[in-house]
This record gives sequence, structure tokens and C-alpha cells, in this order.
Amino acid sequence: MSAAVIEVQGLSKHFRKDDEELIALRGVDLTVEQGSFLVLLGRSGCGKSTLLNLLAGLTPPTSGQITYDGKPMRGPNTQVGYLTQHDTLMPWRDVARNVQMPRELRGESKKERAAVAAELIKLVGLDGFERHYPRELSGGMRRRASLARMLCADPETLLLDEPFGALDAQLRTELQGELLRLWSGSGRTVVFVTHDIEEALILADRVVVLGPVGTILLDQPVDLPRPRDPDDIRVDPHFVELHRRLSAALKEGAR
Amino acid sequence: MSATTTPQVGSAARPAGPLRETSRRTWRQRHGRKTLIWGWRIGLLVVLLVVWQALSGPVLDPQFVSSPNGIATRLGDWVADGTLWSNTWITVQEIVLGFLVGALSGAALAYLIASVRVVWDILDPFLMALYAIPKVALAPLFIVWFGIGTDMKVLLAAVTVFFLVFLNTAAGVHEVDRALVDAVRLMNGTRRDIAFKVVLPASMTGLLTGLRVSIPYALIGAVIGELVASNRGLGYLISDSSAKFDTDGVFATLVVLSVIAAVLNAIVNLLGKRANRWKPLDAEV
Repeated sequence: MSAAVIEVQGLSKHFRKDDEELIALRGVDLTVEQGSFLVLLGRSGCGKSTLLNLLAGLTPPTSGQITYDGKPMRGPNTQVGYLTQHDTLMPWRDVARNVQMPRELRGESKKERAAVAAELIKLVGLDGFERHYPRELSGGMRRRASLARMLCADPETLLLDEPFGALDAQLRTELQGELLRLWSGSGRTVVFVTHDIEEALILADRVVVLGPVGTILLDQPVDLPRPRDPDDIRVDPHFVELHRRLSAALKEGAR
Repeated sequence: MSATTTPQVGSAARPAGPLRETSRRTWRQRHGRKTLIWGWRIGLLVVLLVVWQALSGPVLDPQFVSSPNGIATRLGDWVADGTLWSNTWITVQEIVLGFLVGALSGAALAYLIASVRVVWDILDPFLMALYAIPKVALAPLFIVWFGIGTDMKVLLAAVTVFFLVFLNTAAGVHEVDRALVDAVRLMNGTRRDIAFKVVLPASMTGLLTGLRVSIPYALIGAVIGELVASNRGLGYLISDSSAKFDTDGVFATLVVLSVIAAVLNAIVNLLGKRANRWKPLDAEV
């Protein structure tokens, strides 16, 4: 499609625990194209989250290297928006001030950032809850607030780590739709981690199936036509075929 | 994608949150419980005073247990001749000064030391050893260093407050969620941003807990200092009255001390209410 925005070469990550080395990732090579929607599919414990942490630059790799926009990465990558599995909203800030935070740190004026935040809060359907603190919101509402905060930074690349994992199916479908709308035509790159095959196929341009220590088991382009209706697409023969292939790859990795 | 299954941006995408309704409550629903509790409290106090007054004299020796009437008379005398006010003022000053000195130094040092994990790990056993010393045992030393003036009491109060604020704030700093710090790093936050927009507010619950638990200890420190050596203050009034076998005087001072303690506790509760909204996310999930 177009140029690579993230290039990962020979990436390994070890964690030391007492005298043991825990190997989370070993020799991962991966290229993410500009503007694409990549889903990393894998069972729990295959190093998906570790890989995202490395892509965000939050932890340094043990070996190998990551380049972002052609430049090797050092330290936190501020071009990306990162939605982690658990909420990282500041509990002492209400929704509005949480959403504004990325722009506040950039030193934008209060008026400017308030306007942007108000728009985003509306976009994720949280209007009326601006003055509420995170602990007064339900899990789904906190997800929405996190999503709004991430978008407020206007990142060119989104890293999403099982962002909708803890939500009910209805809300999940809704937010998936929301995410696709935000992505399509925006030129943004998305790296989305999940263990759900259906979610992967509904969202992705390309699914990479990860096995233990981040081994790439399958690199599958998804050429289903968009927009994809979550209800209709399940019975599409091509969807079923892809589902079978991904499922087989996951099973392969388990052995 | 058909319109029925896709939520429209913003509008349909909001089964967000619980329904809110205004509810009408009667005066009884609103204030009933509170009135009941306060009624019983006052009733209990009155009964206690009446029984005390009735027993003191016929059954118990007023020389030892005093009586509500005797205490009231003594308080009246003290208010009239200014003894009460001048001594209370001294003690209150010591409490407030001791609290401020202890709390400020405790909080400041906690942020400096606890933020650097290595330094904290090195100093930890020393701090714990100092914390474990009963602060009363420091009184003689403080008398040697600072004499028997107000300084000694202020410092005795401050030392107690210091450790409580210091340890609680340090615990707060250590419990700061790493993920929140990472989130700010990704927003291109500087070290300063992390310190002021994450670590400081996140540790605020710890700091406030420290302040809350230490307020009564400021009172204890000041009064003990006065009991050990002084010629002014409420602690002095107690030791002076008891030396003269004046139980009325001792009880009257104790009443004043409990009033001060009650006021301090009310302040503590206000602080607690403020802190509640900041409780971390997972405290309630």
C-alpha cells in the first residue's frame, strides 16, 4: 500500500526475575504500513502486550530494534496514542479534564483544549458526564473516556491493547464501529491487539497471528469488503474461510 | 452496514450510564436518622451528668471524682479571671505550630526521599528505628536542648506529627500507579509534569491520611510536653491542679481538652470528605 511507519527487526524482550530470565519475545520481525489497520491476534501470554509496550517505547528492547518513520526509537514514542487494557485515567480528574490532558501538557490554551475535548466527549457519547470522576463511571464509560483522551492528542498511530475486552457484546460492537469510522479516511495507522478472531476479522486489513514468544504463525491479509456489518459478515463464506484459517493457526501455535 | 446495527456518531452511541431521577423525600426521610442519633447522644450525656452529680457526695467522694457542678463552677471562675483563655491559647498555639512544622517537614522530606527508591531503601531501617522511639522519651532531651519554653512543646508535637505525615506520604508516593506515569510519558510529559500532575495528586490520599491521623497526636505531644515541664498551658493546669488535690480543676481542664480534640476531629473529617473523591479507580470496582 504505502510506506512502512513501524519497522521491527529481530526484536527480543527478556524480563529478569531473580536468577531466571523470562523470555516474552524472541526475534520478532514486523512491518506496519502507513494508514493500515493491523490486528495482532494471539492467545494470552504470547507477548502481545509486551510488543505494544515496546512499540510505544515504554520499555527498551533487550535486543533488536524498532524504527518509527525511519528513525530508530529511543524513549516513549509521543507520536502514538496507546489505549492499554486497563484504564489509565487520572482518578483525581473529571472526564473533561482527563480528556484535555494531552493538550494541557502541550501547553495549549484552556479555551482551545476545552473546545476540542467537548467535541470528543460528544463523539464518544459521554456528553453530560464531563464533571464526573472516573470512579463514578461504568467500565464502558471509562473506556470511552480513555478513547476520547487518546484522540485528543491527535496521534498519527493508534496502539490498542484489547481495548474492548471487558465490555458487553453490544457496547463492543458499537465502539468497534466508532473506531472504524475514526480510522477510515483519516490516514491513521492502527495496531490492534486481541484474542478474538471475529473482532480481528471485522476490523483488520491484515491479521498477524502470534504464537509463543511472539513467533509469527500467520500473516493474513483480510480482503473482506468494507464496511463490514458484524451481523451479516459472520455468514459470508469468505469470512468463514478466513476464520477457519486463523483458528487453525492459533491451534498450531498452542502445540 | 445497515443503519439499524450501527450507532450514529454521538447520538445513538449512548446507553451510557445509569438513569438519573430527582427524588422527593420527606423531612423525616431526610433528617430522621440524624435527629434520632443526635437526640440519643444528648440524652445519654444528660443522663450521665445527672447520675454523676447525684452520686457525687452521697456515694462517691467529690475529692476524688469531682462533680459536674464543681467542674462548671471551676470553669466559670477560670473564665472570669482569664486563666482559662490564656492557658488554652498557649496550648492551641503549640498544637498548631507543632502540627504545621511537623506536617510541612514530613511532607517535603517524603517527596524528596521516597521519590528516589534507592535512597528510600537505604534510609528505611533508620527511619523505622526513629519512628519506633516513644516520643515522650524525647522530652527530657528536648528540655536540655531547648529549655522549658514553648519551643520544646512545639517540637515534641512536631516530631510525632512528622513521622506520621512522612510515612503516610511516602507510602502514597510508592503506590503511584506506574501505568499513569507511562500514560503521561506518552503524552510527551516532562519529569515536572509527572511530578506535579501524577505523583503529587496520586500521593495526596497518603498525605491526607497522614494529616488526619496526626492531628490528635499534635495535641498529645503538646500536652505531654506541658505535663513534663512548664508553667503555662493546659497540661500545666492539670499538673498544677492535681498537685493541689484540686480534682475539679483537673476535670475542668480535661473538659477543655476534649472540646479542643472534638474541634480538631471535625477538621479531620472535613479533610476526609475532600479526599474521598480521589480514591483510586479500583478501590470500588
